[in-house]
Amino acid sequence: MYRYDSTDQALVDQRVAQFRDQTRRFLAGELSEDEFRPLRLRNGLYIQRFAPMLRIAIPYGLLSTRQLRMLASITRRYDRSYGHFTTRQNLQLNWPKLAEVPDILADLASVQMHAIQTSGNCVRNVTSDHLAGVAPDEMEDPRPYCELLRQWSTFHPEFTYLPRKFKIAVSGAPADRAATEVHDIGLHLTRNPAGELGFEVLVGGGLGRAPMIGQVIREFLPVPDLLSYCEAILRVYNRYGRRDNIHKARIKFLVKSLGIAAFRDEVEADWLASRHDGSQLTPAQVDYARSCFAPHPYERLADIDVTANADAQFKAWYRYNTHAHKVPGYRVVFVSLKPPGVPPGDVTADQMEAVAALADAVSFGEVRVTHTQNLVLAEVKQTDLRATWKELQRLGLATPNIGTLADMIVCPGLDLCSLANAGTLSVAKQLQRQFDDYDYLYDIGEIELKMSGCMNGCGHHHVGHIGILGVDKHGEEWYQITIGGSAREASTLGQVIGPSVPQAEVSSTVQRILDVYRELRLEDERFIDTVRRVTPTPFKERVYGKALAAA
Amino acid sequence: MAKLLRLPEAPAGLGAEVPLLGLKELPAAAAQAAGATVAVRISPADRVEELVEHLDKLALVAIEFPNPGDGRGYSSARLLRQRFGFKGEIRAVGAGVKQDLLFFMLRCGIDSFDLAPTENEAEARAALHRFTLAYQPAVPCRDVREARFTAAR
Repeated sequence: MYRYDSTDQALVDQRVAQFRDQTRRFLAGELSEDEFRPLRLRNGLYIQRFAPMLRIAIPYGLLSTRQLRMLASITRRYDRSYGHFTTRQNLQLNWPKLAEVPDILADLASVQMHAIQTSGNCVRNVTSDHLAGVAPDEMEDPRPYCELLRQWSTFHPEFTYLPRKFKIAVSGAPADRAATEVHDIGLHLTRNPAGELGFEVLVGGGLGRAPMIGQVIREFLPVPDLLSYCEAILRVYNRYGRRDNIHKARIKFLVKSLGIAAFRDEVEADWLASRHDGSQLTPAQVDYARSCFAPHPYERLADIDVTANADAQFKAWYRYNTHAHKVPGYRVVFVSLKPPGVPPGDVTADQMEAVAALADAVSFGEVRVTHTQNLVLAEVKQTDLRATWKELQRLGLATPNIGTLADMIVCPGLDLCSLANAGTLSVAKQLQRQFDDYDYLYDIGEIELKMSGCMNGCGHHHVGHIGILGVDKHGEEWYQITIGGSAREASTLGQVIGPSVPQAEVSSTVQRILDVYRELRLEDERFIDTVRRVTPTPFKERVYGKALAAA
Repeated sequence: MAKLLRLPEAPAGLGAEVPLLGLKELPAAAAQAAGATVAVRISPADRVEELVEHLDKLALVAIEFPNPGDGRGYSSARLLRQRFGFKGEIRAVGAGVKQDLLFFMLRCGIDSFDLAPTENEAEARAALHRFTLAYQPAVPCRDVREARFTAAR
């Protein structure tokens, strides 16, 4: 993985000193809350319902075990001994004390980490495929380009006060595991007919209010132009994006109002004028970034049948919680952060330390965070799988539910977030209780349930096969349900299938949706494929009754 | 009393009290001016492209930052300095000219800072040098030591 040199280290150290001074001025009354807000936000610090919330950047979801141990130690020392992994591969602390945040940042800097630009109207943490570098279908490892983007976007002098937040995701495989089509910029590594490496560039995707799927702005961007082209997009956005209405300020609204063709013309004109202003990547820069993600020293092994004669429990775990690795004899292991009764994505300090120890033993000392709020040990020898499973079981992190309904994405909701309308964590518990029969979950098969506590859509409800959105109706929590969304390649937005339901009826409504699916599905057809084939109409009619669906 | 912070190597420039023309007044003033003597103030929505034909008459371009959140001035400054090659003084003005933003302004080619009234001048001067390094290629401007651009060796 990428390791800081003296420049990287100096920058984060200087940032800690700057934020320590900003915090001091705020606590001394020299900065008002209004003045401090944009400064703290650019360091991932929110003021939430009960306490500040600190969002720590995990660039493209990759952690060394040393970093994971430090995160555990920080949650023990400054928080309540647990953390929450998010849909943007970050870690959130829910109970830090404002005055101690500079110390937390200093501890993070000691392991080459930071919270720079994890919130605020600036370029956020660059996210990527959690199987980068190991997926059999991958064309090219996206992480070197993520790191180049991370550095370029860190304290970018021109683009740190944008109209609104700005998210970039990069994928190097045909299967889109990074939800790139719902990012402000989505980058797909590709090759042109001459065989040169480059990017397909999408722009204007985003969730939240008025969700939109990104559109192709450039079919092929040569690698050396990665940063210069992103600069052109951001410059057009910075100059012409709306600043008068926070709800219309994301780049997607600018793309929509101009139309993709006119937006493209603006960007290309700016790019041609500024392409050689210094942002072009040299082959040496690209080669260096690539060398930072060189393959691990794999042993020469053959694939083995690890489930032969295995018990059903191990077989289930192997089937759901592991994934093929491109190197023979290795396997990707998912660490499920979705055990029953636990808020999705939460992990304790003890668990973090134990996972770090396990990763040191079986996965080259690295751990990844997925945008579905799980962890991954990406490089496990097949001969180590059984021992890995045993240890994860001991830690309560081997629930065999990856990709099932129980592997739901859920934002923290009203319990912690000051934006939320709804107690999503209570609904998650309700769903966990309702769907606790694994034979049933396995029969339902691959399905993505995603839930957000408000319109901002941190839980990606728009792109859930089943999406659940908490809404406030006269002070009561109601839930609007959509089906047919997907953030995979050829993304789709879910459609509302009926009036919102009270909290107590969410799981029974989901149950009825699944009943319809089980009736209508063809053999082995996934839920999303059934919805696409039959359209949402039969679901509307049979979940809500014909009269309501017509209303 | 305005607090004007100026980089040591900035052009001799004009004082804080010099009258700043609006963009509409610029063409007439530029037509009458002999040499680079005109000072103009542009608001965030103004297109810096409109200055281009008058650059040889401009001694000073004041770019307005009405509040800390409005970042359009950064693009204006960078375009003016880098793409259009303006060599005169670029000054940040407005209530958004605060110490924590000066480094970004500096990096976009701004070389004088009309600090917001609430700002402490000594702190602001120190804040200019809070970071000694940067990842991005600099606008050809002053006072920032550049270690490297991205992961180059």
